[in-house]
Amino acid sequence: MAVVKVKRPKLGFGEKIYLGALAKGFLITLKHALKSLAGKSIGADSLKSSGMGVTMQFPETRWDDQLPEYYRGAPTLVTDEQGRERCVSCQLCEFICPPKAIKIKPGEIPTDDPWAKVEKRPQEFDIDMTRCIYCGMCEEVCPEQAIYLRKDYLITGLSRAAMVHDKKKLYEIGGVRTGLVNKWNELK
Amino acid sequence: MSETISANPDQKLPKDLAAEKGMVNVQIDGTWHQFPKGTRMIEAARQAGQILPHYCYHPKLSSPGSCRMCLVQMGMPPRPAPGTDPAYGDDGYQQINWMPRPVIACANTVAENMGIRTTGDIVESCRKGVMEFLLINHPLDCPICDQAGECRLQENSVSYGKGQSRFVDTKVKKPKNVDIGPRIRLDDERCIMCSRCIRFMDEVAGDPVLGFTQRGTHTTLTVHPDRLLDSNYSLNTADICPVGALTSNDFRFQMRVWFLKETPTIDVNCGTGTNITVWTRGNTVHRITPRQNDDVNSCWMPDSHRLNFHFIDDKTRFTEPLVKEDAQHLPTDWKSSLDTLAAKLKGADGSTTAIIASGRMTNEELFLTKQLAETLGTQHLSLVPRTGEDDGMLVAADRNPNTTGAKLILGTEDPFAKLDSIRDGVRSGTIKNLLVLGEDIITDAGFHFNDLAKLDLLVQSHTSANPTALAANLVLPAAAFTEKRGSMVNLTGRIQRLNRATEMPLDARDDWEIIRDITLAVTGAKKDTFLIEDVFKQLAAAVPEFADLNLSRIGDTGKPILDTGYQIPLLTNERARKAAGEITG
Ligand code: SF4
Ligand code: SF4
Ligand code: SF4
Ligand code: SF4
Ligand code: FES
Repeated sequence: MAVVKVKRPKLGFGEKIYLGALAKGFLITLKHALKSLAGKSIGADSLKSSGMGVTMQFPETRWDDQLPEYYRGAPTLVTDEQGRERCVSCQLCEFICPPKAIKIKPGEIPTDDPWAKVEKRPQEFDIDMTRCIYCGMCEEVCPEQAIYLRKDYLITGLSRAAMVHDKKKLYEIGGVRTGLVNKWNELK
Repeated sequence: MSETISANPDQKLPKDLAAEKGMVNVQIDGTWHQFPKGTRMIEAARQAGQILPHYCYHPKLSSPGSCRMCLVQMGMPPRPAPGTDPAYGDDGYQQINWMPRPVIACANTVAENMGIRTTGDIVESCRKGVMEFLLINHPLDCPICDQAGECRLQENSVSYGKGQSRFVDTKVKKPKNVDIGPRIRLDDERCIMCSRCIRFMDEVAGDPVLGFTQRGTHTTLTVHPDRLLDSNYSLNTADICPVGALTSNDFRFQMRVWFLKETPTIDVNCGTGTNITVWTRGNTVHRITPRQNDDVNSCWMPDSHRLNFHFIDDKTRFTEPLVKEDAQHLPTDWKSSLDTLAAKLKGADGSTTAIIASGRMTNEELFLTKQLAETLGTQHLSLVPRTGEDDGMLVAADRNPNTTGAKLILGTEDPFAKLDSIRDGVRSGTIKNLLVLGEDIITDAGFHFNDLAKLDLLVQSHTSANPTALAANLVLPAAAFTEKRGSMVNLTGRIQRLNRATEMPLDARDDWEIIRDITLAVTGAKKDTFLIEDVFKQLAAAVPEFADLNLSRIGDTGKPILDTGYQIPLLTNERARKAAGEITG
């Protein structure tokens, strides 16, 4: 291949001292500063700007209504339309969870329980939120559609223990889900 | 006629060569193999490296051929027309004519010049069809079914299932969660009617309480209306049930099997030394199942032995040495306990000291105990006899697992002989110091609390709280059988190995280390044995029966080192059935 020699462009004096370019930059910054003071920054609305620039004043201001349906927040347990715990403690989520955040103690449903025919449900169900990486594998693997990643993302606590969601807390965040799993509803 | 091998009378045909050895030639998936006459096709395929899917076939039970999962294609040479000779090909075999319909591999035996196809369209579509029929009424129970993860139906569904059901009618409902016995739960919807459990209870356990009622798709497994499935061998039915129809109450909903780690070891509840697998997750034993050893326990084990492991994880376990001060047991550390012990034993006259050891100890522990007795200069060394009823199957009358080993190592025909004299010595006050290793002598050896109160020093090593410990000046926390390594010799004279499945709690120690440390504390010598392998080496040098062995050479199924003439009744029975051709394995 032929060798092409490229010549460096020759810089003029103005370009060499580059003050002009600096001033140009300053001007652009100034333009945006003025725009933001006037509350006219680009995208200020969709980003929920607090009035100055595009900065959202979190946590006073939230973006929650913008979260997509598939947002992966905290994993939670859900009950069905009849108030039945959907989880049957099959421990598949415990097995699949990559950082081993889930710990389940399975248990038997007593025979006098209205859902005795389901036979099995968790006695304890802990998700360690310091470990969870919000991957959603648990939701995907669950054969009973009992575990869902909800839109809760503000998981904070003052101790490690407070960061472990127990069964009660998981159902509290999870709430009710309807449809999908009908196999226990039919007359058995 | 073309030039074939048969035309050359000097050269023998493969069939004649095989027949000389009592074998037959069988072509499996295109390759010729030789098998002994009478081998079942399923076993022949297994030996050729093809494990055929099956449910009802079990080598230790009769073969009803009821599940049809093992269907294969079979071919035989054509029958020659009258007056003609069979034609042999260049390789010396006759041509195989394949049958258009499949046969079951579990109940048919191989024959000369037979062909078996374990793959191909016919076989594959048979398996698919059988699976589809089995799944017609099967419930969607896998998430709550204890068998999930080790279920043949699940495994074969993955290999041959359709994934979608074409069945549009209502599924047949059957009894679920049925209480059929104290240790077994039945779910009839999951049953695939293989009848393994029925045959086991009839043929092996000798208590035929299970059977089918109804017909066709309504066939239901039930227990006799006036009886329960309460045999001491009932849990074996849960092991052999290929699905989750029979599950163990004890293991019910405890843990999914895919979390469990399997450790091969042996049972220590009687002299048979049943081979077992210990299933653990973390440091918790979740279940114990029998491990096949045709020279010890076949594939089975008694429930009473299988379930005797809950003490390992119990609150009553000793976790640190305890020293008695003012009638109170206080936790202490190993160094000060051993110092206290050494101070008392060092100057003591050997005749005032006695050791009561245990027939539940391993060979290594017994060997070190003998050395300890020599160090202390005492003749008072005895084990505690432990007998019960022999059940005519696996449970032996001798409930000590290592009596045979003790006889060899202590060099006496009756290692229990001195127990009475030790008891008398304690009562009369001639014995002042007593070391009790792994035994509870108040419960099991006829001692009374008041006898023991007379002693200057009573040391006990044990796993869990017990009456003798209350009287002891010093209690040393020891290891349970799943926490140890070592060897034992069973009643037939077979040396077998214990493997460690779990760790000891907190500050508890392995028994052989406790005995070594007591000896060292008394002699003041430097510690020079750090591995149990080294103890075995010393043992092998001292006792001729153990020569040439080491822990790894014992292997997972043991080695016979002695012929005691003892027969395990269940095996005698099994061998007779095998000889009669009722079973194959
Ligand atoms: S989202 Fe992922 S990391 Fe979190 S609990 Fe589920 S499987 Fe585990
Ligand atoms: S996978 Fe679903 S049903 Fe199974 S334990 Fe997890 S949440 Fe419960
Ligand atoms: S028997 Fe097997 S296939 Fe049937 S529910 Fe249990 S695990 Fe699933
Ligand atoms: S309960 Fe299990 S072993 Fe017994 S017939 Fe049914 S599937 Fe077979
Ligand atoms: S295994 Fe052959 S028919 Fe069941």
